[in-house]
Amino acid sequence: MSPSEKTRIVGTPVLRKEGVDKVMGRARYIDDIEHEGMWHGATVRSTIPRGVIRSVDFDERIDWSEFAIVTVADIPGKNHIQLIFADQPCLADKQVNHCDEAVVLLAHPSKQRLREAADAIHIEYDPLPPVLTIEESELQDVIVWGEDNLIKSFLLEKGNVDAVWALAAHVIEGEYRTGAQEHLYIENNGMIAEWSAESGVTVWGSLQCPFYVHKSLLAVFNLPEDKVRVIQTETGGAFGGKEDYPSTLAAHAALLAMKSGHPVKMIYDRMEDLAATTKRHPSRIRHRTALDLTGKLLAMDIEIATDGGAYATLSSTVLSRATLHSSGPYVCPSVRVRSRAWATNTVPYGAFRGFGAPQAIFAIERHVDEIAAAIGMDPVELRRSNFLHDGDTTATEQVMRDPVILDGLLDKALRESDYYARRARFAKENLHNSVKRGIGIAAFYHGSGFTGSGERYLNSLAGLDVTRDGKVRVLVANTEFGQGTNTILAQIAAETIGIDYADVVIAQPDTSIVPNSGPTVASRTSMVVGRLIERAGKQLVESLREYAELGNEFTSEEFFAACERYRAMKGEVVSLCRYEAPPNIYWDDQQYRGEAYPAFAWSVQVAQVAVDTVTYSAEVEEFWSVQEVGRVLNPVLAGGQIEGGIAQGIGYALYEKVVWQNGHMANNQMTNYIMPTAEDVPPIHVYFEEIPFQHGAFGAKGIGELPHDGPAPAILNAIRDATGVGFCSIPLLPEDIFAKLQLERSVEEPATV
Amino acid sequence: MSASGTTIRITVNGENREVRVPPMKRLLDVLREDLHLTGTKEGCGEGECGSCSVRMNGELVNSCLVPVLQADGASIQTVEGLAQNGSLHSLQEAFLKCGGAQCGICTPGMLMAAAQLLDRNARPSLAEIREGLAGNLCRCTGFVRIFESVMLAATTQIAEVQSESATHAR
Amino acid sequence: MRGDAEAHQLIAPRSLGAVLDLLAEEPGKWTPIAGGTEIMVAHAAGRLTAKNLVSLWGIGDLRFLEVRAESIVIGASTTFRDIRTSAVINNELPLLTKAASWIGAIANQSRATLGGNIVNGSPAADSSPALLVYDAEIEMLSARGSRRVTYKEFHTGYKRNALATDELVYAIHIPLRFKEHRLYLRKVGARRAMAISKVALAATACVQDGIINEIRLAGASLAAFPTRLYRTEDALVGQAVTQDTMRAARVKLLAEIVPIDDIRSTAEYRSRVAVNLLEEFLIGLKRAVAAQ
Repeated sequence: MSPSEKTRIVGTPVLRKEGVDKVMGRARYIDDIEHEGMWHGATVRSTIPRGVIRSVDFDERIDWSEFAIVTVADIPGKNHIQLIFADQPCLADKQVNHCDEAVVLLAHPSKQRLREAADAIHIEYDPLPPVLTIEESELQDVIVWGEDNLIKSFLLEKGNVDAVWALAAHVIEGEYRTGAQEHLYIENNGMIAEWSAESGVTVWGSLQCPFYVHKSLLAVFNLPEDKVRVIQTETGGAFGGKEDYPSTLAAHAALLAMKSGHPVKMIYDRMEDLAATTKRHPSRIRHRTALDLTGKLLAMDIEIATDGGAYATLSSTVLSRATLHSSGPYVCPSVRVRSRAWATNTVPYGAFRGFGAPQAIFAIERHVDEIAAAIGMDPVELRRSNFLHDGDTTATEQVMRDPVILDGLLDKALRESDYYARRARFAKENLHNSVKRGIGIAAFYHGSGFTGSGERYLNSLAGLDVTRDGKVRVLVANTEFGQGTNTILAQIAAETIGIDYADVVIAQPDTSIVPNSGPTVASRTSMVVGRLIERAGKQLVESLREYAELGNEFTSEEFFAACERYRAMKGEVVSLCRYEAPPNIYWDDQQYRGEAYPAFAWSVQVAQVAVDTVTYSAEVEEFWSVQEVGRVLNPVLAGGQIEGGIAQGIGYALYEKVVWQNGHMANNQMTNYIMPTAEDVPPIHVYFEEIPFQHGAFGAKGIGELPHDGPAPAILNAIRDATGVGFCSIPLLPEDIFAKLQLERSVEEPATV
Repeated sequence: MSASGTTIRITVNGENREVRVPPMKRLLDVLREDLHLTGTKEGCGEGECGSCSVRMNGELVNSCLVPVLQADGASIQTVEGLAQNGSLHSLQEAFLKCGGAQCGICTPGMLMAAAQLLDRNARPSLAEIREGLAGNLCRCTGFVRIFESVMLAATTQIAEVQSESATHAR
Repeated sequence: MRGDAEAHQLIAPRSLGAVLDLLAEEPGKWTPIAGGTEIMVAHAAGRLTAKNLVSLWGIGDLRFLEVRAESIVIGASTTFRDIRTSAVINNELPLLTKAASWIGAIANQSRATLGGNIVNGSPAADSSPALLVYDAEIEMLSARGSRRVTYKEFHTGYKRNALATDELVYAIHIPLRFKEHRLYLRKVGARRAMAISKVALAATACVQDGIINEIRLAGASLAAFPTRLYRTEDALVGQAVTQDTMRAARVKLLAEIVPIDDIRSTAEYRSRVAVNLLEEFLIGLKRAVAAQ
């Protein structure tokens, strides 16, 4: 796959496949859909973070015979949501382990009667002492999960860090913290479920991974695979927040459908979605770093602790990615990473764009600036002198066999942002200005796709068929939720086969129709699933040439005519391909050594920030992002992904705070959970470099999560540049800046007039 | 004057409609449930996200905050009313071309706010576009391509007006 | 949507007189609703206790802007968009134009009303600081007649005001005597739009021969209700802007304000930023005076 290979459709800004429906308001999201005879469902949730359920009372003033009521006793199969572990109950049984945990489900034809009834159920608890922070969990005084509160731990070792400290010219320590972050997709979670004895369970809804939901429902309902059907409807944003949570909501809606004998729709309102569903794992990461006199890294000792919440969900894989991204894009002969995911009695955390990498990269990229300040070195040059290059090995001893162009990315980022000139200008201007400006950078990679042998385990199957009305139909379980799945896969199919983009449609992700091509996560869709579509397209053309007299060159008409000839012969026109692992992928899951990821995307980001010393507010004034992503399949979609990820990263750094009160999200309204508006996002400049990855579709690597990794450290590094103060915790709100910028002068003392 | 049903007459996208609903039912719910116009969305129910934005008597409003009685006699435009005679509005074309819609859930409200902006100000500056859209939250795009879409639509509309004038002038 | 539409009565009498008669007949029963940007939020959250609502929306007698010789009179149902698009308010009372631009965003401004903002009585209300430093007066109307109170006396406690149960806010009167005053208005929120005030400060002042001979200060989220900052004003009136007067003013302000910790911010932050805003205003005042 040569970089100069010309393509007609891939690499061009074709219009979004489902775009017309979206701009016309015709796209149908789950709450736009009604099923005949549909009832509505509601959830009664715990109000304490931990306790034994003593009683559940149904107030007499309600006529309960009108309602379908579901408790744990109604679950036909297993009371758990199958993810990695099976520790999360579908409904609380004898005990609740977090606020807003589902205890009772209700269904009724009237949404209003439902609300009254939900308020009329009184649950009495014998409270148990909750564990609400990483520190409390680590103490292991109160055990709330397993034997020891420890959901997962990893140890990654390279070289020998302990032999280095005594010899090093510099040893610098730091501690960095990140808070919970809410996805804030504008479409709340929602499902419609139907149940019948003959067909089993069918659910429609807003979700990322139909086969994850499918697998969970099998266990809850004790049904065979062909008796559970999951269909994704148009999804209004996800960001990981609809990767695991929908399995719980689907089970709830389906249980109510079973109990009531009616289709049941459950749509969360914003208050419920904010309070009860997953968020990004909070983290505490400690660094101890040894360098020589010239600033070359000698050893990194890293300790990662994440808060997993009350149940494991995806904490182990988030921890894994955090571990593998914790040492940054640098060469370091000795590295030790000890990472632990701790259970607490807070709402379980889950997947969120970046999946442990934003936390880890915040820590290392802030730490590099702290090191630079401590040893008197330019943070740009400190990075450059330690960058990975071709042939270097990472902390897992993975050899960089594909080109690493960090120097080039850095140079471009510095040039486009006029970094040094701005830095010098701000240093001068800040002396006379109550608004202090600064500029900061972050350099990082994001591993594309699943870690190690994850893809082999997924064993994805994907492909194409041809409909009788003359369309090639993409058959994947991968979902569109704004990031461009439909468009990209259609582009790949059309390009590979040699037909028009308009000749390709995407099958609705329906587990009874599409093969399991794996989840839509981990920035794997373009790279891995796209490659399967590419192969399936080639395979289809070859079959048509062999059996249906398709020529070497052909028009769309000739292609579809050949398809019909083939169909007459073989009964159907289908081409499926199964995942084939690239050769030489060696990964040791125990030692955490080897090829952690098949490919890496690389980026350098620069943030210009203004800190107003009157209000202590920090605002990003301008942002630059340079990234190497393999192949840009669609420049409009790719640019949009980078810009959107940066906006979310800015929110993560400066605006988005989850306020916990005794384990409940107290600011569970959009008026109090703050994301940046159109007036707050800065101008964002995006530059792509492309080094095609030979195993990715048309050279593509993953792109969706990369842009969210860098903004937080770049911004806080800029704030350090602006104020001279290093902030090590996000979200960094004006109240936090004020607390630390706690003035040399007392509050009564005015500035000199 | 019963709480369970008052006759409300509204014009929606040029069509006269009549419903019998509780006066405190939200305009948003009347549009979606009684009139089956599901283009307008509910994202928050608090007037914060703007995904329920519609135009009422020429003003942009959050329909989740309008009790339908206060819309009695009003003329409402929703996203379904933007395209005319099967042709997309220049804003819709621009959103498609520039990538202004990703997941699409904020798009109807965003288009309403953008249409309102351009009707009031045919040549908005970037700052004016930001202000005009500040009440519409988008979690996917970072707004960049939404701004580009609005600017492209503004340019297109101005060109159309100029070409119409030129035609008339001949 | 947690509210029950059927549990609330909403009627829309066609005239102001009909509304006043209703309030007189059944005092305390009817809750007026104008643009609904507060009441409907409570309704959606299932927290709307008012069962009987009377709509003021569409009553032309309440939505007006009248320029008189010495004052502007703004009808209570004037929306913030009406205020923003009024050239005369922009010329004569620019702090009010600025405050109007703070309300939510465009869609909120087309529905939220000045009267509604005042009667809702949030200590964080966007229009209140400007109205206070502009010496606004509130005209209240009932079937019994009309009466006025100064706005600074209108709020009497947290979400309590001077209205009798049969009264409506009819209009806001603002004297047209601030053309030559130095003005200041700044809001501090979590973001540039759609933000509830963490703290805000408004000021109007007259300086003659380097001496402040008139000053009005008001804040948002610095007390249980919107109020003037009298003690701080006293420390400044008759003074020149010097290091000493600024120090005294900061001390007085700190002693006078009673911000709280809440879900949006902390008392300490609010206090500190309030004194910073005051200082920013005073420094600006000094520079403007020096420049003359």
